[in-house]
Amino acid sequence: MTLVKTAIGRRSFIKSSALAGGGLILGFNWLASCKMTPEEVRNLPKEWFEINGYLKISDNGQVTIMSPNPEGGQNVKTAMPMIVAEELDIDWNEVIVEQAPLNTDLYSRQFIGGSQAIRTSWEGLRMAGASARHMLIAAAAEAWQVPLKEISTESGKIKHTASDKSISYGAIASAAAKVSVPDEVALKATSDFKIIGTSKKNVDGLKIVTGKPLFGIDTQSEGMLTAMILHPPAFGMKLKSFDDSVVKTMPGIQAVFSTKVLDDTYTRQHFDTCTFLEVVTIVGDSTWEVMNAKKAIAVEWEPFETYTEERQPYRGPQQTLTIPSGLESSADHSTKMAEMATKKARVVRKDGNPEKAFRSASKIIERTYTAPFLAHNCMEPMNFFADVKSDSAQLSGPLQKAELTEQAIATRLGIPVEKIDIELTRLGGGYGRRSYAHWALEAAIISQKMKAPVKLVYTREDDMTGGIYRPAYQVTYKAALDSNNNLTGLHINAGGIPESPLYANRFPAGAIDNYQADSWTIPTNITIGSFRAPRSNFMASAEQSFLDEIAEAAGKDPIDFRLELLDRAAKNPVGEKNDYDAERYAGVLKLVKEKSNWNNRDSNSKQGVAAYFCHNSYAAQVVDMTWENDQPKIQKVTCAIDCGIVINPDAASNLCEGGIVDGIGNALYGELTFKDGIPQKSNFDDYRMIRMRESPKEIEVHFVKNDIDPTGLGEPTFPPVFAALANAMYKATGKRFYNQPFVGGMT
Amino acid sequence: MAKFNLNINGKERELDVDPTTPMLWVLRDHIKLVGTKYGCGIAQCGACTVHLDGNAVRSCQLPISSVGDKEITTIEGLSEKGDHPVQQAWLEVDVPQCGYCQAGQIMTASALLEKNPNPSDEEIETAMNGNICRCGTYTRIKKAVKIAANSINA
Ligand code: FES
Ligand code: FES
Repeated sequence: MTLVKTAIGRRSFIKSSALAGGGLILGFNWLASCKMTPEEVRNLPKEWFEINGYLKISDNGQVTIMSPNPEGGQNVKTAMPMIVAEELDIDWNEVIVEQAPLNTDLYSRQFIGGSQAIRTSWEGLRMAGASARHMLIAAAAEAWQVPLKEISTESGKIKHTASDKSISYGAIASAAAKVSVPDEVALKATSDFKIIGTSKKNVDGLKIVTGKPLFGIDTQSEGMLTAMILHPPAFGMKLKSFDDSVVKTMPGIQAVFSTKVLDDTYTRQHFDTCTFLEVVTIVGDSTWEVMNAKKAIAVEWEPFETYTEERQPYRGPQQTLTIPSGLESSADHSTKMAEMATKKARVVRKDGNPEKAFRSASKIIERTYTAPFLAHNCMEPMNFFADVKSDSAQLSGPLQKAELTEQAIATRLGIPVEKIDIELTRLGGGYGRRSYAHWALEAAIISQKMKAPVKLVYTREDDMTGGIYRPAYQVTYKAALDSNNNLTGLHINAGGIPESPLYANRFPAGAIDNYQADSWTIPTNITIGSFRAPRSNFMASAEQSFLDEIAEAAGKDPIDFRLELLDRAAKNPVGEKNDYDAERYAGVLKLVKEKSNWNNRDSNSKQGVAAYFCHNSYAAQVVDMTWENDQPKIQKVTCAIDCGIVINPDAASNLCEGGIVDGIGNALYGELTFKDGIPQKSNFDDYRMIRMRESPKEIEVHFVKNDIDPTGLGEPTFPPVFAALANAMYKATGKRFYNQPFVGGMT
Repeated sequence: MAKFNLNINGKERELDVDPTTPMLWVLRDHIKLVGTKYGCGIAQCGACTVHLDGNAVRSCQLPISSVGDKEITTIEGLSEKGDHPVQQAWLEVDVPQCGYCQAGQIMTASALLEKNPNPSDEEIETAMNGNICRCGTYTRIKKAVKIAANSINA
């Protein structure tokens, strides 16, 4: 049992009131971590204290819990309410979950991103449930005139054993609303958890399997028009002119105009990436009519000159970014990256004397790894609904960073943020893409202009060729081995277009005496954005493939070799900035070794291993494969993950399985190339996605059991599987795979 | 524009639309049945799968003019209360992540089991290979198809 404070200074995280018609309603800030430093608290914006989630107990005992974060398949809409229900001590079957809208608070964290939803809200959600329980008990104590500490609860009932009294939560809820919110509440011991750690079904499962309108693209509204856009066909191009004479007269077409997405004077925030500043817009009565007009319109595009834009990054001071002109091609990208690797780069970390280690090495191994741009390809194409009036706006759609989008929209429309309501619809996939919501701005501007409700829908082609990709990356690893095959030096030279993937302080930093990590970047006009486990999704692949090769050169078992390094990092780490816990890291490797029957599978099946740490969680995987008709057949993936306490194990496992399948798909087939600025793929006929036949026959997920507060889950299983796959493919074919997608090296 | 009489989920519907309009958009825009999803528009992803006289077809490639008096079933019409064995199996295995592809997956799986109530792994893969799931729920889908097959055969 731990005690947590429900207030900072005089401001409570929780507000209570009576529910109209009887019952208790508790509003709470789910972000309210009780562990904030005074410094952090001082820096909180005022609005942070706005109450932005609630739980409601009606007098008939029904409990409604608002789920704050948008749902896009991470299952937070089930997991977050489970945490509240646990501390409240109710029967999960009595709980109704509702999606919270975004219209209460400017600075909350209704984010999907960084796998942080549960981690940052864990304590706040527990506190909300515990406070409500406390108030219900206090109300009963008052009514029965018995001491508070003699009262216990069980599944929605309050009991006083000595006097044999009991009452349901519903019956005492109205009285509880009059009890003041406690300053401090006790949280359950993790060993007393009854809901957390048990598998609960997706609260929206039935709606999904019966085709209910859950997604942004399903939005319908009286008098709603459909809008589509045309963006330049190539990066480096902009709109020159368009001729709407034909399309204007086509059936069902209401208007054709150009839309300027951002004002020139606007300082862009981190997620305001906008690839094409001006797009041609067609508005009509129905999707098919607008699609036809889109095919018929004549548009001229022209190359743009180099320009600059003001940018406020997520952290740090404002920057001026230069967007270079030019129509870029993938072949040039490769040449440039190869060149950069030979130049002097920025040294990000240096331990010991790497130069000396390489001079005195008895073996040096150097390998270069590359990966292309990737499109997110959410199954639900980008879309948004907007109904903008002269002084207010009603918006709805799938967003990962809703509050930031709201601010951008308010600025662009000239409508105060309090007058903008955003409903958060379920996301048909996000993976980072829906953090960059230029399409939400476009929808709002179009609606403002049309003075009508509008649903903007991107075609698959608009979506895939519209930018905001996973960057292209390259890294060269160089290792020095001494005559006893000890790894004495490591040099990493990493870069990308336009960002570097380097994490200089991650493993194996800390495990090697002589270490250097360098970084470089190449500018581009191709836009990029977060993509499931940004940067890690490449670094894990390269690093863990390289370690496999080093282990082999040193004549060591790949798992034992990694464990040796981790043992060194745990007992006698090099440097002080290493950002991982070597023991937890080793823990997942040991678990996966045991569960995968490492080295003991029948000889037809080839195994590859990898492990990685990102988003505060540790994941290790073993891929088992056979090789049939020049293709990998993945028999099994065994995954061990340490993400602290697991809220909803079966759903958590589903998310891990998804990360694994997605990782294998992207490693084998994912690729977007460019020629003269034009993306060379635009739909699923040429952009290959993993399908059922190629996905693993079996996936087994094992969670490390511990009492550590929950950490990331949506991303950590994604990066390492690229390498576990490559290492298994090596065992199966004798060939190393250095360049993604691996399918290119398979024939 | 042209007039059409359609049979959708057992109900007669009269419509006046462009005859080239794909059933996907007829369903979504004109009849407001939005369970059938748009994913690619070119018969590559399976998100738009419906049943046409019991066969799984891609509604994005099915112009309204070619439907005639054939019966169309969408995810909304697969069962009254979400209790079709395939839907039940999907819930039991808790298949969906984002859920966007799942209507198409369920329509493809239910058409398969209608014809072949006892499919092998290979047959399941062949039937389901046209349905993309970006969230990567394939292993669960396969498991759910088998559970549905068992419950149909029971
Ligand atoms: S939308 Fe019809 S197959 Fe993709
Ligand atoms: S569940 Fe998200 S695409 Fe299949």
